[in-house]
Amino acid sequence: MSLARRHGPGATAAGAALLLLAPASAHAHLVTTGLGPLYDGIGHLLASPEDLVPVMAMALLAGLGGAPSGRWALFVLPLAWAAGGLAGYRVGAPSSPALLGAASFLALGILVAVGRSLSPGAVAGLAGVLGLLHGWLNGAGIAAAGREALALAGITAAVFVIMALVAGLVVSLRAPWTRIAVRVAGSWVAATGLLMLGWILSGRG
Amino acid sequence: MRRPGTLVLLLLIAAAPAFAHQQEGQAAGFLNGLKHPVTGLDHVLAMVSVGMWGAQLGPPALWLLPVTFPLVMALGGFLGLLGVPLPGVEVAIGFSALLLGLMVAREARPPLWAAAALVGFFALFHGHAHGTELPVGESALLYSLGFVLATGGLHATGIGIGLVHRWGWGRVALRVTGAAVALAGCAFVWRAVW
Repeated sequence: MSLARRHGPGATAAGAALLLLAPASAHAHLVTTGLGPLYDGIGHLLASPEDLVPVMAMALLAGLGGAPSGRWALFVLPLAWAAGGLAGYRVGAPSSPALLGAASFLALGILVAVGRSLSPGAVAGLAGVLGLLHGWLNGAGIAAAGREALALAGITAAVFVIMALVAGLVVSLRAPWTRIAVRVAGSWVAATGLLMLGWILSGRG
Repeated sequence: MRRPGTLVLLLLIAAAPAFAHQQEGQAAGFLNGLKHPVTGLDHVLAMVSVGMWGAQLGPPALWLLPVTFPLVMALGGFLGLLGVPLPGVEVAIGFSALLLGLMVAREARPPLWAAAALVGFFALFHGHAHGTELPVGESALLYSLGFVLATGGLHATGIGIGLVHRWGWGRVALRVTGAAVALAGCAFVWRAVW
């Protein structure tokens, strides 16, 4: 009997989260801008596709859902990222971001490619889970590297700005082909995630 | 927002330096991924044909085919990476250029599901071939990202070429191009079988 059947989808999600956060080799790195930890955090998000692409995919998904979904995700994602980051900084062990990245790419990419509008609550829930997981890894990585927690503020600010720009842009799209272009972008994100997953499982990475 | 296209372009340009800071060798992984799909003529012709056929068929095939191909191709790549065998990969890739070229040459208009199934079927083999060829030790994320972007770029190229379909001479030119791709497909099949 599967975990989902015995304990419901919540238990499955919790199990998946534990698996993704299971301690493994640390790959976390933080950009050194020379302008202080706040800017190092901003630089980290902009220079880390494993975090940047899921944020953009989340913004695409929220934007496809319309303004209410966009507003929820705009605030939930950065707050969850900050909360997860602080928790990870305090108690987290460095984990394998590659597997989490692949899972985020795959799940968000498929949802965007399918193009079905989710309710604002569902979008907010997804944004919360994404923020907590990625934030946790960022926080744990920053602590393991002996860097200042202020970098988390920079990452959170960058997440907010990217969410606002991308989700706002998608909400404003009116021409049918533009929304199709968003879905095509989602299919590319999902395809990347699936290839990453195969790569990781085959042990080639 | 009056000009969303301009903002998208600016965002894309702004995102480009993001890879510059990666640890040594990782940016090369992105470039290698970008290069991989365009190094085999059989892959290139098949993927450009998907775009041209989509442009001939118009919406919704225009967007459904380029969405189907990368997703199923990634599934094939996933199987290839895990070492799951798929028989007759090279022959199927040759046939993909042959049949997709024929579809363009004949300006075939099958039901949408049949067009998507045909494209998806061949995408599986293309992905599997790529998956078994992917090099060890590259950055999985950056290589995969480059690989998918290049594949999408080839489809976009095909769609761009297919835009000439709106003119009479363009329709003829597209059909001739499709026939040429089909001929090349014959050569690929011949090479794969003998």
